[in-house]
Amino acid sequence: MTLHAVPVSSGSAQATRLVAIVGNPNAGKTSLFNALTGSSQKVGNYPGVTVEKVSADLKFGEQTVECIDVPGLYSMSPASEDERVAVDVIMGQGPGVGKPDLLVCVLDASNLERNLFFYSQLADLHVPILVALTMVDRVEKDGRKVDFARLTNLLGVEVVPVNGHKSRGIQSLKEAIGHHLNDPKTAKIELGPVDALDSKLALLRERLARIGLDATSAEVRGFLFEPTDRLKSYLEDFPEVREAFEEAKATAASDPAPAPERDTAARYQWASMVQRATVPQPDEAHQRPLTDRIDYLLTHRVWGLAVFLSVMYLVFQSIYTFAQPVMDLISAGFEKLGSVVSPMLSGTPWVQSLVVDGVIAGVGSALVFLPQILILFFFIAFLEGTGYLSRAAFLMDRLLGWCGLNGRAFIPLLSSFACAIPGIMAARVMPDTKSRLATILVAPLMSCSARLPVYLLIIGAFIEPRYGPMWAGFALFAMHLLGLLIAIPIVWIFNRGLFKGKRLPFLLELPPYQWPRWRDIWLAMYFRGKVFVQTAGTTIVVMSILIWALSYFPRTPEAHVRYVQTYSASHPGATTDAAEEFAQQQDLAHSFLGRFGMAIEPAFAPAGFDWRITTAILSAFPARETVVPSLGIIFSLGGNVDKDPKALQHAIQSATWPDGRPLMTTATAIGLMVFFALCCQCVSTLATVKRETNSWKWPVFMFTYMTAMAYAAAVLIHQIGMRV
Amino acid sequence: MTVQTLGSMNFAKLRQGMKARITAITNTTDTVRRIQEMGLTVGTTFRVVKVAPFGDPVEIDVRGYRLCLRRTETEGIEVEPLAS
Repeated sequence: MTLHAVPVSSGSAQATRLVAIVGNPNAGKTSLFNALTGSSQKVGNYPGVTVEKVSADLKFGEQTVECIDVPGLYSMSPASEDERVAVDVIMGQGPGVGKPDLLVCVLDASNLERNLFFYSQLADLHVPILVALTMVDRVEKDGRKVDFARLTNLLGVEVVPVNGHKSRGIQSLKEAIGHHLNDPKTAKIELGPVDALDSKLALLRERLARIGLDATSAEVRGFLFEPTDRLKSYLEDFPEVREAFEEAKATAASDPAPAPERDTAARYQWASMVQRATVPQPDEAHQRPLTDRIDYLLTHRVWGLAVFLSVMYLVFQSIYTFAQPVMDLISAGFEKLGSVVSPMLSGTPWVQSLVVDGVIAGVGSALVFLPQILILFFFIAFLEGTGYLSRAAFLMDRLLGWCGLNGRAFIPLLSSFACAIPGIMAARVMPDTKSRLATILVAPLMSCSARLPVYLLIIGAFIEPRYGPMWAGFALFAMHLLGLLIAIPIVWIFNRGLFKGKRLPFLLELPPYQWPRWRDIWLAMYFRGKVFVQTAGTTIVVMSILIWALSYFPRTPEAHVRYVQTYSASHPGATTDAAEEFAQQQDLAHSFLGRFGMAIEPAFAPAGFDWRITTAILSAFPARETVVPSLGIIFSLGGNVDKDPKALQHAIQSATWPDGRPLMTTATAIGLMVFFALCCQCVSTLATVKRETNSWKWPVFMFTYMTAMAYAAAVLIHQIGMRV
Repeated sequence: MTVQTLGSMNFAKLRQGMKARITAITNTTDTVRRIQEMGLTVGTTFRVVKVAPFGDPVEIDVRGYRLCLRRTETEGIEVEPLAS
């Protein structure tokens, strides 16, 4: 049968039908969703929460059905924000989502028992369900056979075997979805009795059924603890129902196990029964032999850590070093574009500057992050797909767990040493909102590669000439360690004061190793890149233009010419370049940004920064890598100081306050570096945090706490330096 | 009713390679509740496969899959070691 033979009936007036793909984490849900929908997915956010919404349109002939990939769940009792959203979507109370017309429950055949626990909770909802059974190949590889007929029978709904590697099952699943939308089937399962209470509950249920109230055993159990109004009225009207209710309640009261525990036990008993009846247990000695042999090495206390460090080194090198040529190419491309466009607009200097320094440079500064994001998400998708990411979390949990993070925070934090943007995006490897938020908030404290030029400039100017290369090397190392050392207590404080809500237990599944699916890796890279460019990228461009405007206006060509003339008059014989550099400095000094820098100079005076350093810091707000060219302009050397770094070092070394004191002492220089290490001078980071947390609250908070900390540290260092 | 001849102990005291059965759960925190939802209900037997290099978490084999949990988060889970 072709797909077109099963058009989904729905009147044109009806809203789009909704199919929700649900299941345990690691059950192959996302892989199945990818196979079903491919690159037509839409990635957004549920309104008002940090949880990402992934959906796609499925075509059934003329009809379009919306299909949602619901975040993975172990249970219908939510413990985190993500889980709550997932449960709400399933219940039809999701933010901005309708009630699903069909749940496609993904069950992992090789881990059926625990997957069925979740299924049993779905079955209680009396909603149309279809089961997609994954990893059947994993079971059959061991020579075992899944009894599909029996499974269908016990689950009460259709079971479609699906193998994400092949399209065979996907086609049948799609057909089954079409059928079920026309002819929905709700599951009905029977949880067996566990003990005395259950026989009492069975009696109550029977009596309820006699008066026409059909309820599952789980519902009857629920009535005992939270009777509905309808039930209360029955209790009054029907003595035999009341009698059974009182008896069951008395039995429950005499039993120490509370209701949720009893419910969980009953479900697992049922799940275990279904599993034994449909999938033969593997020979215990031959369970997961390959995975266990690999794990002997990969989670070994010595070799495991060695492999972990090597893998992380490779990941880090890839984003730190290997991405560089592509990033340079992008930067050079946009520079070239600017220089091509520039002469065409030379008629109106401000339009020229807006297009070249504002728009083109802004777009370039957003797109330059793409190589790192794509490379990092290649590794994350690959490592996650194989199952190694869980092992890495297992190894690292103790080191990161005590302060409120968990083992999974390692990758985002490590990546942030190259760049906080991919690092913050990588925080989504953590399923728990609280840990994810904590990781996002400290990720920019890791010393990213954009801080390196500042360190090199200042160490080269103040540390190396005075204390020698040994201390210069140590200073560079210390600057990189600083962020990490500060991040840990910060997380500890955040977890105690800032984040409300209960703490989730760290429960981590170690799935058997497998080859990742290339389609899943490619789609992960594609969607991460797309989401970044569409949302964070747009914000970055807008904010870059804003900062450009502040550093450009108010400016008049007349004033510029006047600066050139003043300089030439007072420096007879000076080159036109020198005059032009002086005029650029004056332009910046008189811009809104420069005036602001001068106005707040007193605020930075306790840190020993004058208006020049202050303005350079302000102009580096969009991206800290611009501080070196900014310093070049401010110290009248022009913007292209990269070509001669010694000149800028020399200029800063010999700069003085108006009274002749040297501008920078060693302590001020260290203070400036620490300021750069701790300050959140990166519009792109803030834009990414906005996108990942779906709120301006967190980027504002991040900017505030980091800037305050950076300021306090710089002041402290300068003040101590003055007194020793 | 449960045989407790070998004596029950806290989950956190288990060592690598040990097999055990859960005898009682004396805690009603959300953490312990979630651990039960992962399949560690009273009466369940499991095996400690591995202890992580820094002493925590531990990997266990339960209900046919591998679960890692922190010893520090298993308060109230009483187990009895079984001869393996």
